[in-house]
Amino acid sequence: MAEVKKLSIIAFSGDFDKLTAVFTLGTGAAAVGYEVNIFFTFWGLDAIKQKQGRSFTGGNWLTKIFGFMMGGLKVAPTSRFNFLGAGPKIFRHLMRKKNVATLEELVEAAKALGINFYACEMAMHVLGLEKDDFIPEVKDVLGVASFLKLSEGGETLFI
Amino acid sequence: MATKVLDITKEHCPMTFVKTKIELSKLQAGDTLEVLLSEGEPLDNVPRNAIDQGYDVISVEHVEGTTHKVIIKK
Repeated sequence: MAEVKKLSIIAFSGDFDKLTAVFTLGTGAAAVGYEVNIFFTFWGLDAIKQKQGRSFTGGNWLTKIFGFMMGGLKVAPTSRFNFLGAGPKIFRHLMRKKNVATLEELVEAAKALGINFYACEMAMHVLGLEKDDFIPEVKDVLGVASFLKLSEGGETLFI
Repeated sequence: MATKVLDITKEHCPMTFVKTKIELSKLQAGDTLEVLLSEGEPLDNVPRNAIDQGYDVISVEHVEGTTHKVIIKK
């Protein structure tokens, strides 16, 4: 058995297309034997919310409104051609038609492959989010120092 | 000593690798997995990745058109 290679991805964006890139790279790497860590921060936290639509998650009225506006995986906008939310629907349709994995399928594959999900402690604090607001696959809540330690010796991407 | 068949000829990256990896991880020692795949990236990489991950590639044979069959053993 060859030595374990490692890929760590900082998922900063909550955009549908960029999250698709995060999960495509992550699952592809895990499937060819890499240890994969994904550190979700800021808008990227939308991808791992328990409630995938729009909900008033947050600690106070302001963060609750932010939570509603940001939403979860199902309402992630595209970075271009969003067309008031029609863009992701068009892309999902095209991906199914072309037999390419959709974002939801990639997330499920990431879970099945045992990719390590981590949430950023600082961004959660700002947005009034708790660990219980996220899917149970989120392994831990981390800060920069812990992320650097676990990504040490591998490749790191910021998306 | 079970044999499973996996057809990834209609899949695209990364699902070609993802589905193979998930099926390989279910094998017991001595089991084999027959993977039907297309030329290009799947044919170039699936056998190589299986070897990298400690499996034995028993054979790679042309089936028809662009389809090939790779037999992998744990």
